Amino acid sequence: MFDGRVLLKQVILLFWPLISTWVQGAEKIDSCQLQVLEMLSSLGSAGGKSAKPSFVSYVTPEEIKSEKEPSRKEKHPDLLPGEVVFCSASTVLKYTQDDLSQRGVFGVLLCTNFRVSFVSDEEPTEEMVRTLFKNKLYGENDIPLSCVDNIYGDKRKLITGGLVKNKYPSKMIIHCKDLRVFQFSLSFSKEEDAKKIFQGIVHHCLEPKSLRCLFAFSYCENTSPNRKCVGGLFTKLLRKKQTVMFDSVEDWTQDMKRTKGNCRVVSENSNFELSPKLPQYFIVPKNVSDEDLTKYQGKGLPMWCWSHHSGCALFKTASIPLVQEDNVCCRMLTAVAHNHLYSVKTEDLSDTLPTVQDILLSYNKFKQFFLIDNTTEFWMSDMKWFSSLDNCGWLDIIRQCLQKAVEVVESLEKENTNVLIMEEGGSDLCCVVSSLVQLMLDPYYRTLLGFQSLVQKEWVAGGHAFLDRSNHLHLKDKVESQSPVFLLFLECVWQLQQQHGPAFQFSETYLTVLSDSVHVPVFTTFLFNNDGHRDSLLRAESPHTQRSPLNCPTVWDWSVQFDCKAQDLFTNPLYTEKPKQDTSVRKSYRPRHLRQLSLPSSAFKTPPKKGFFKDEADNLKKILGVKRLSRWMLSPSSDSPQTSSSVREFYEAWQTKPLDYHGLLLPCLDGPSIRVWMQRYLRWIHDVQILGGGPVAMLSKVSEILGEVQELQRQLDRHGCTLTSNHKGARPRAKTAAAVIAARSSVRLSSSFPFVTSRNWAFKPAIPTSLLQSLMVTGMPGNLADREDDGGPESLV
Amino acid sequence: MASASIPVYNRSNNPLENSSSQNDPSVTLNVPLGAIGRVEKMGGASSRGENSYGLDITCKDMRNLRFALKQEGHSRRDIFDILFRYAFPLSHGLLLFAYLSQEKYEENGWSVYKPMEEFRRQGLPTDKWRITFINDNYELCDTYPTILVVPFKATEEDLRKVSTFRSRGRIPVLSWIHRENQAVICRCSQPLVGMSGKRNKDDERYLDVIREANGTAKLTIYDARPSVNAVANKATGGGYEGDDTYQNAELVFLDIHNIHVMRESLKKLKDIVYPNVEESHWLSSLESTHWLEHIKLVLSGAIQVADKISGGNSVVVHCSDGWDRTAQLTSLAMLMLDSHYRTLRGFQVLLEKEWISFGHKFASRIGHGDKNHADQDRSPIFVQFIDCVWQMTKQFPTAFEFNERLLMTILDHLFSCRFGTFLYNCESARDTNEVRSKTVSLWSLVNSDSTSYLNPFYTPESSRVLYPVASMRHLELWVTYYIRWNPRIRQQQQSPVEQRYMELLALRDEYLKKLEELQLTDSSPNSSHLSNSSASNAASPTQHINHLHTPF
Repeated sequence: MFDGRVLLKQVILLFWPLISTWVQGAEKIDSCQLQVLEMLSSLGSAGGKSAKPSFVSYVTPEEIKSEKEPSRKEKHPDLLPGEVVFCSASTVLKYTQDDLSQRGVFGVLLCTNFRVSFVSDEEPTEEMVRTLFKNKLYGENDIPLSCVDNIYGDKRKLITGGLVKNKYPSKMIIHCKDLRVFQFSLSFSKEEDAKKIFQGIVHHCLEPKSLRCLFAFSYCENTSPNRKCVGGLFTKLLRKKQTVMFDSVEDWTQDMKRTKGNCRVVSENSNFELSPKLPQYFIVPKNVSDEDLTKYQGKGLPMWCWSHHSGCALFKTASIPLVQEDNVCCRMLTAVAHNHLYSVKTEDLSDTLPTVQDILLSYNKFKQFFLIDNTTEFWMSDMKWFSSLDNCGWLDIIRQCLQKAVEVVESLEKENTNVLIMEEGGSDLCCVVSSLVQLMLDPYYRTLLGFQSLVQKEWVAGGHAFLDRSNHLHLKDKVESQSPVFLLFLECVWQLQQQHGPAFQFSETYLTVLSDSVHVPVFTTFLFNNDGHRDSLLRAESPHTQRSPLNCPTVWDWSVQFDCKAQDLFTNPLYTEKPKQDTSVRKSYRPRHLRQLSLPSSAFKTPPKKGFFKDEADNLKKILGVKRLSRWMLSPSSDSPQTSSSVREFYEAWQTKPLDYHGLLLPCLDGPSIRVWMQRYLRWIHDVQILGGGPVAMLSKVSEILGEVQELQRQLDRHGCTLTSNHKGARPRAKTAAAVIAARSSVRLSSSFPFVTSRNWAFKPAIPTSLLQSLMVTGMPGNLADREDDGGPESLV
Repeated sequence: MASASIPVYNRSNNPLENSSSQNDPSVTLNVPLGAIGRVEKMGGASSRGENSYGLDITCKDMRNLRFALKQEGHSRRDIFDILFRYAFPLSHGLLLFAYLSQEKYEENGWSVYKPMEEFRRQGLPTDKWRITFINDNYELCDTYPTILVVPFKATEEDLRKVSTFRSRGRIPVLSWIHRENQAVICRCSQPLVGMSGKRNKDDERYLDVIREANGTAKLTIYDARPSVNAVANKATGGGYEGDDTYQNAELVFLDIHNIHVMRESLKKLKDIVYPNVEESHWLSSLESTHWLEHIKLVLSGAIQVADKISGGNSVVVHCSDGWDRTAQLTSLAMLMLDSHYRTLRGFQVLLEKEWISFGHKFASRIGHGDKNHADQDRSPIFVQFIDCVWQMTKQFPTAFEFNERLLMTILDHLFSCRFGTFLYNCESARDTNEVRSKTVSLWSLVNSDSTSYLNPFYTPESSRVLYPVASMRHLELWVTYYIRWNPRIRQQQQSPVEQRYMELLALRDEYLKKLEELQLTDSSPNSSHLSNSSASNAASPTQHINHLHTPF
């Protein structure tokens, strides 16, 4: 299969001028050919000139010749279905990241339509083969093209696409979006090869391309039916039975029923007649008229997110820029208010939270602390670590999002008012806040499948523009819209998780892997801007247009990336299910209401400032008619000091109650409580690995004992002993990582487990360099720093 | 006067307590009198306002207390006088509470540390190192313990000569020896080089004898101070070992600042966490205290010492007098190198040895029972050391047998004066004041209830050297200690991980028992001897069987 493909490509390349004319006239063309042509044409157009120079630039007769030699072929990584090698160079030196010395490994550097890959000349040692947490799609020396963040040349000069001519740097540094740093020296390779590989990598990683060029399409076309069947059965089971995809009326109805919501499921958009930007299916308040559904392309429509057990609900909306004469927003607001007791509170997130650009800027500063080229630099920055962290503002953005979510939770839980959150597009910070609110209030979303369903509901179906926000395609006009909003959400989840570990069924590792998967261009989950976008593309890309649309995996098909054992690390050994006896006692048990605070019995008691009442509605409508939405809305944080103190009171009241991991969860927002996600950000930095330590040391002991308990359980079950479920919920259910951990008990775990194994570590401790220079003790009264400890007698007087 | 603490009713305007005290007006506070650093009257007869008249108490354990009192009746004077008198007994000719306490414990904590036993555990004496009783009457050095380990080759006369060249006679003595490579950690005070750059052949030869003992080419001398301070010390007669004079030695400065800097740093830290945690720019404020940077420097100094020893090189550690920074470095390095010190008992031995017996000036640094709160000798050196230990336990949660509670208890009783353990500056003073016979040891309390100080995750790994990562990325503020008086910091008795672990352990035991019972019932009475797995517990099988419902 592969050989044929390469050969075909080469043939096409050689006869490119001929074929291209032929193609233009041809109607039907093999999908494989189309693939190649697509790539070539995008390459040509990117150069802005004729196709010829770029064609010459990276595939030459020499290469074709050499690739025919069997010895070269062995140097390929195991190519994935649909993966094609563009170019390669041998005797490339990959520096070992640890130090400034020029030590490294020689090997072949390749660029395919999926990844940049380095294949070491050295035979992999046995230990290296049994990498414990192996991603099936890419290895530790592979960088998926969409995962490349920045490329630097000599003297750390940033390489931007398009400017590369005939030159190439002797040293190439690649910063990845998953924070790995690769350094390659090209100075030992043949000049031609070096030039080709450099230009190839720059071209495929940095220059604009069309969505069809993303690897997902050729991957999905070429995943063989066999494989689909084996994995498919399992994954289908997972998909249909467990992770709710929110791509059908039933899914939405089910979720609304689960939360006892009382709204209306809209299916009029199932073929995107209303608007391609609206979800295929969604839920609006009962009082929204059919007429309003069709207006403004869905802008201003309050979309239901979640219903609180009291009856009030959370809605989100894309704000309407200027209110039209027909008072649509007034009607919408009334509709929301009608949902429960005529109370509604609105919050324009555009006014109170950072913009997507702020988020990007802050994150760009933040990530630099972890993209470490050399250790000297790292230790130099160490002394100023806290203030640099402070200055980049990333933790503060996380705090603000969490705080906003707590405010919304307070309105729902304490005041029982409906809440409508809005922002311009309705699909960025609205997604962050609404999902956080649901995580805090609803323990279902803290389970693995619940969480995946939440992401489907709020982010995928909710129309978060994953493609634009990640700018996989490097489109110049989309540079502005790039922003790590989803990552910000995961960061917030991590904060909640590290404060309330036992409440979450999934582990920190799961979140880290999920954040990496955004940059693996294989999963439909993260490739599109909304339902409509996905639908149209998958349909158009289907090789057999008559039949079903192209079937790509979603990220939730974890078996595409990890085998079962590795997937075990996604579960949190601290998590326990809800004690079972409750269900037996009363059927109507609803898990999320256990931790009610003492609430005002009706929303009518809430201060008028915070809610709207029926008799005020007329007055309200008057105001509504003329002003911008965001103006008249009583935005709670316009008077922010008051709000934050109210949030604090709410938190303190919650905190005095006994903690129930299956009830309401609130984050502590004090300075010391918001932290850096160590696993994600420090995992590749050698000098800060705690060998044999870190939280994993403790968690693995929990997993170990959990494994023992499960084994005992099985034995007992075999004895036909029915274990009553009165074990305070401690009875474990989920399969855990116990087996995996036990298997590697000989290997010493480090704080970057499971991402880096300890095999390569020297036992030398990292000794911080340049200590004194950076610690200048200033502002000491009376030169205390120069004084003696127990000075001369004169100081004792 | 039977109790050292004052249960008081807080009628304060403490902003933290305000909201909670509305619901529950009588808040009981327990403050050991020993923890009080300063008592002041606030407001005068003419003071207006609800809470402007009363008492202001500054504590040594990171909190301040304010009591608003009624102006009528002059009640304040009485309480002030009593507090002042009993909080600072030494300034009023009274005894410290430890001498009045009648507490009785099952264990006698004073027997925890026996120097000879500890040296024997380390494999001493050897053919290169001998035990000397030259300091039996504290004549060689009044701040050292009586039993010392010195190079076999050095005679008593040599020791006396060396002691004249070392500040306060604190000569280099062995603190720890590596069992395999025989590399040693020696500790001492600075050499008395002075402005003129004096030399002392005996001292030079003595250090070379230390080097020779395990046959390595170079001896590393770690001077804990920043080099500028070491140079400045020459002016007062001190200094450091010059490269040219000490032939086979290399000198490394570890850049750790002095006691005054540390005191100011902790003061700043208190400012940003008490009574409220600094809200805006928390991290920058934290950085500006430099507290964690000092922790980093101490830890990285100890890492370097431990690394040298692991590599087979002997080291000598000193600062100026060798009782503050030196104690921090040697004890932390030993904690990294020797797993024994990471056990509950071993850690007590470590403190007794490196801190208490080698004369860390607890009395001066803490100011037990002394009213002079502005004394420049006070400094949280020991608190800083315990913080370093905490950082290590945080980074290696399975490597220590003891838990955070032990560290907190130690710090609480560092101030409380309830136990004799941390009283006085050195062994000779303790002898004079009969601490061992007249007071109770803190370890009596701890070892009588040792289970509550144990870390369930502890996994002994005897030969393992622990290198913590001394990077700001991994150092954290010890929130549960420094901010424990803030009601918003959740004080969990057990961490959720620990709780879950204990639950699972209990469950395992329960299942094991069940399984055993089942196996017993499954096998008929006459074949019960076949099930060898439960043989050990099968002493009285009938008892178990009675509880079970058997299918027959």
